[in-house]
Amino acid sequence: MKTYKTYADLPGAPIADVPTQEESTAGWRTSRPVLDPKNCSKCYICWKFCPDTAISVNDEGWPTIRYEHCKGCGICAAECPKECIVMEREV
Amino acid sequence: MEGKDVQSFPFFGVERRGAPVQAYTRIDDKPIRVKTNIYSPDCVVVLDPSLLKSQNITVGLKEGGYLLINTEKKPEELAIAFKGNMATVDATEIALRLGLGSKTAPIVNTAILGAFAKLTGLVKLDSITTAISQSVPSKPEANAAAAKEAFEKVRIRRMAA
Amino acid sequence: MTKVVMTGNYAQSYASKLARAQVVAAYPITPQTSIVEKIADFVASGEMETQYIKVESEHSAMQACISAAALGARSYTATSSQGLLLMHELLFWAAGQRAPIVMGIINRAVAPPWSIWTDHTDSMAQRDTGWIQYYCESNQEVLDTVLQAYKVAENPEIRLPAMVMEDAFYLSHTIEAVDVPPQGDVDAYIPLKRSPWLLDLEKPTRMGSFMGPDIYMEYRYLVAKAMEDSKKVIVEADEEYGRRFGRSYGGLLPTYRCDDADVVLLTIGTASCTAMEVVDELRKEGKKVGLARMRVFRPFPGEEIAKLASSVRAIGVVDRSWGFGHRGTMFTEVAGSIYRAKSRPLMKDYITGVGGRDITPQVLRDIYLDLLKAREGGDEMEWWGLRRPEKEVNRNA
Repeated sequence: MKTYKTYADLPGAPIADVPTQEESTAGWRTSRPVLDPKNCSKCYICWKFCPDTAISVNDEGWPTIRYEHCKGCGICAAECPKECIVMEREV
Repeated sequence: MEGKDVQSFPFFGVERRGAPVQAYTRIDDKPIRVKTNIYSPDCVVVLDPSLLKSQNITVGLKEGGYLLINTEKKPEELAIAFKGNMATVDATEIALRLGLGSKTAPIVNTAILGAFAKLTGLVKLDSITTAISQSVPSKPEANAAAAKEAFEKVRIRRMAA
Repeated sequence: MTKVVMTGNYAQSYASKLARAQVVAAYPITPQTSIVEKIADFVASGEMETQYIKVESEHSAMQACISAAALGARSYTATSSQGLLLMHELLFWAAGQRAPIVMGIINRAVAPPWSIWTDHTDSMAQRDTGWIQYYCESNQEVLDTVLQAYKVAENPEIRLPAMVMEDAFYLSHTIEAVDVPPQGDVDAYIPLKRSPWLLDLEKPTRMGSFMGPDIYMEYRYLVAKAMEDSKKVIVEADEEYGRRFGRSYGGLLPTYRCDDADVVLLTIGTASCTAMEVVDELRKEGKKVGLARMRVFRPFPGEEIAKLASSVRAIGVVDRSWGFGHRGTMFTEVAGSIYRAKSRPLMKDYITGVGGRDITPQVLRDIYLDLLKAREGGDEMEWWGLRRPEKEVNRNA
């Protein structure tokens, strides 16, 4: 994250200098979702519901949680019809 | 309650969970007119000991002032360079045992108030327990008891730096 | 009187309850939300009887209040910053329709960049709408002023809506002890005064319809005249409040130690009470300084400013809002009023505290010292505390 000393150092418009993909919001959460693939039916409801698009699908078709962006809201755990996702306390 | 004027307000960094929050309080015998952030406090109270790792909690703290930290450690066990009156109390343990808040998010502020009263003498324990009993949303007796216990258990040391 | 510790936001909630607001339009925005949340608590517990309307935007909130006023109901709403800007077109409507709405404004900086902290640009940008504007410096004043605002707004000679401003966080979230006046006394101070121009099912009519160039001007003049007439009413409402409740605030432009002052700062909002501490300190050091506070910005206290100007050597205006293309918003109007003063003081515009940057006692002290040093100048503007590159900083030294 750049620090700006004076107005002359600013870009002119209030635009962020770090691309969104590079900014981790992992520190926001107090618990993290943990997915157990044993009962997962690959319905992808978790992927659809995640408000931060922190769940993606890997090459084998399993939903994968990107922990750099997961804010721990717990919606995936609440929506999974097979109860594959458990929220584990981190903090 | 004790005839003093009081002012208190929070200062948020960002509107989100998990961000360190500062709260400012002013106590005075005369009406308080200044309404700004506090930069050189007489007393710093740290409710979350994990902040000791990431924040310099003594910035601006006046020499000879008061530093109160919620931790099970003793003041001399914490490596904090500070010349003044330092105190520690395990408010988390008290809160958990008395069932204040939840196991993962215990409410430590009522206990801390008791320790604050003992450390600074700025407010009487009776005023604190009365105020707690009248204004907490739940478990007034347990909260007041927490304050009393912390008042008795707080460890105070005069640190030479 | 009961003393309750409460935030500036709750002061607004308690005031609307005491005023017996019959319609409250509620929409959340940081840092105002707890006002309407507290009112919801009052309604749920039965302490307050009001039609609590949860609207879908601030624009609708204002529309709900305008409609309520058109039916003769006392209405209240609150907002900040982006929400206030969203209401902008309807603010003109409320004043033009002569709706005596009272609205709480928690002054919050305007985006971009996104900010939740305080400055006055949001309400300053509404100064042309025809609303009466009060700026408060303590939670007690907020509660008292909302009540005074109803008295002024509903006065049969006035009938204009009023905004009651308070600084975000420094008042809205700051807990202070506040005297809550008894309901009976408040009822006696502000009995509901219905407007004579109402939408009535028994006698249907239209409001705000199309009017040509031959009469539009006259309608607008009526608003201007009411605004001018409100100066007297605002002062009287404040004085009457003092007689009934023991507290009054000095009318339009309260002053502090200005009588024999060499230089005076004109401040607005919470910077004022902080400045009083600084005045006392500087006076102890032998410097003759004073403070004037812009309590009411609309109607603008032009005569009071002109009178003050005639007796001091320099006036510094501390704008907590920016002025683009000219000077700060308050400065420009102050300078205009000085035109008719018997003698014109030196003037300087200090823009500071914008976006929530703290106006500390040190900042005000430095500004006073800067003004005391000044020996010439009429309309210099300095963005005080601006982080400038090295080469610019040295130029000012």
